[in-house]
Amino acid sequence: MASNKIPFAGSKEQEAALMQIISEHKDDPGCLMPILQKAQDIYGYLPIEVQTMIADELHIPLEKVYGVVTFYAQFSLYPKGRYKVSVCLGTACYVKGSGDIFNKLQELLGIGSGECTPDGKFSLEACRCIGACGLAPVLTVNDEVYGRLTVDDVEGILQKYA
Amino acid sequence: METVNIKINGMAVAAPKGSTILEAARYAGIDIPTLCYLKDINAIGACRICVVEVKGARSLVASCVYPINEGMEVWTNSPKVLNSRKRTLQLIISNHDRKCLSCVRSGNCELQKLCKDLHVDDEAYYDGEKTHYAIDDSAAHMYRDNNKCILCRRCSAVCENVQGIGVIGPNERGFKTNISSAFYMGLGETSCVSCGQCIAVCPTGALSEKDCTDKVLEAINDPSKHVIVQTAPAVRAGLGEAFGYPIGTNVEGKMVAALRRIGFDKVFDTDFAADLTIMEEATEFLDRVQNGGVLPLITSCSPGWIKYCEHYFPDMTENLSSCKSPQQMFGATAKTYYAEKMGIDPKDIVMVSVMPCTAKKFEIGRDNQNAAGVPDVDISITTRELARLIERVGLNFSLLPDEEFDAPLGMSTGAAVIFGATGGVMEAALRTAVWKLTGETSDSPVEFTEVRGVAGIKEATYNVAGMDVKVAVASGLKNAKELLEKVKSGEAEYHFIEIMGCPGGCVNGGGQPQVPASVRNFTDIRALRAKALYDADAAMPVRKSHENAAVKELYDTYLGAPGSHKAHEILHTTYVKRKIHEI
Repeated sequence: MASNKIPFAGSKEQEAALMQIISEHKDDPGCLMPILQKAQDIYGYLPIEVQTMIADELHIPLEKVYGVVTFYAQFSLYPKGRYKVSVCLGTACYVKGSGDIFNKLQELLGIGSGECTPDGKFSLEACRCIGACGLAPVLTVNDEVYGRLTVDDVEGILQKYA
Repeated sequence: METVNIKINGMAVAAPKGSTILEAARYAGIDIPTLCYLKDINAIGACRICVVEVKGARSLVASCVYPINEGMEVWTNSPKVLNSRKRTLQLIISNHDRKCLSCVRSGNCELQKLCKDLHVDDEAYYDGEKTHYAIDDSAAHMYRDNNKCILCRRCSAVCENVQGIGVIGPNERGFKTNISSAFYMGLGETSCVSCGQCIAVCPTGALSEKDCTDKVLEAINDPSKHVIVQTAPAVRAGLGEAFGYPIGTNVEGKMVAALRRIGFDKVFDTDFAADLTIMEEATEFLDRVQNGGVLPLITSCSPGWIKYCEHYFPDMTENLSSCKSPQQMFGATAKTYYAEKMGIDPKDIVMVSVMPCTAKKFEIGRDNQNAAGVPDVDISITTRELARLIERVGLNFSLLPDEEFDAPLGMSTGAAVIFGATGGVMEAALRTAVWKLTGETSDSPVEFTEVRGVAGIKEATYNVAGMDVKVAVASGLKNAKELLEKVKSGEAEYHFIEIMGCPGGCVNGGGQPQVPASVRNFTDIRALRAKALYDADAAMPVRKSHENAAVKELYDTYLGAPGSHKAHEILHTTYVKRKIHEI
């Protein structure tokens, strides 16, 4: 869990869209999953403000919502940064040392997997094979691919986006 | 009753239709071990400790949720079953903090007993990767130590399904699964009401009250302090269990003797303050009825219920009686009236309370609970903590004589002792309110049996002096919610409502001795403990609060009349409006 919270910047339009979704689904059994999926479509992630709105509208405990959100990998508690850093932890990249690269990124950015820096600039995630095994280990920043990496390359790559 | 015939371990067994294998086995004198299952609270068949072999079944089945059917053949102790249980247990304890020596549950831990029974040793064999969690001490009343949690989910089930709160539950998945609050908030930051039902159902030492026994001994050993103790009605009906007495044994006399030997300067009874509560609350009720006050009036003895009301029904806090709870009334009286009478500075009095309740630890820190300018109550310990204290100082409980409370704050009536059971406060209030309404010289009724019993919601109407008084009683907060929603929607109308936070009332409070699932699944502990209190009431020479001579003297010589200005200053309090989520 990130210690620094990115301020919530939800708009009135987003809230109206969420309320619309909730009112469409609230009487369906098992409605929490589709509501969470659509809420993530609206906001990009599921911060406490959004989960609280859902809990209040469905008259269920916030903990229940949070339990579902943290159970499924498809839900994110953090927004994506302007630069989305993704490290391949697929087999080929992993044996070539991408695990160390991922750890270095966590250390340099001060965030864990799935999280976003407090300034909203970088988010970090692990991914599986992106089909560039010949370049292993690889990472991507948005659509840019960086290959044949060593741990020492990581800092330079981040500086490009500073 | 329709029965089903099955065979268990080759023996014919007839059990009622609809029984689970676990229940049917009980008829055959077989206790199948359980861990996650708890009757009426948690039935998810998840822990796999209760597995049995069923002829024709694809795999072992969870007996706690598997219904019996005609001709079924079951084996509860085959090698396959025992090996499976053992392996499951090994996996559970491989990620369990096994500091059993000093664990608060050592000796009555359900996991420890299973390990012993199934011969699972504490070997290095289990030392694989472990999860590590910080202990949550943010709440006033308890610790949550996830390192000892076995993920049985009894706590989250009782919190959500019985209390309707759900501030703790399973988060994350797989190896990282843990019981916690949303966004890892500390329990003290949530709408937790401190009822402690989670502690009462926890099979291990993962959940425990904040132990204050050292603070008690420290005060007793300080010669400059006058240390007095009060004991709530339900404590005498539960304490004996910690010393091997059958559930529902009233151990009042030995409890008093133990407290005296621990070294308290005076051993008093919260029951005195329960009688006092009735004097104030019945007066408040009649005032509201006669002068158009906010109705229904709702009782305020249960601090778990009070905090629940503040979080979940903030628009109904005006309905709450302004009376402090008996614990607080007692402390307030002790530090004003008693202090004056004895010539002791209230600052030198240490007021200790023994409660069946963990929310009382929260209550002592509330605002407007300091009649003498110092906290009304200094230390609140649970029934369990008292049992620990008795053991620590080396008292042999069963060999103690039966002794009586000290005068004057140890005097009480039958109306007070039933405060510990759901419906008891209502019945006690009715005894006095009816007497007041029908004329103070009348021989008014004593027993109001309609409001007795363990049902979650009870209703009754009494015609008193030409007026239909409609009353309702709820225990367990989910039941309270159901009742209050009916009141808010106008579907039901009452004059007076009693609500207790814990199911069955204080006798089943979160601070009472833990009863293992093997007993709870086949015994109604609420009813047995309540019976001890109703029996005590029936045996009392005085059974109405307004006939308590010590309470009368308190009014005559100090407070004036019930509801007087002075009584309000000392015995009444205020509430706050809270939100469910503070973000």
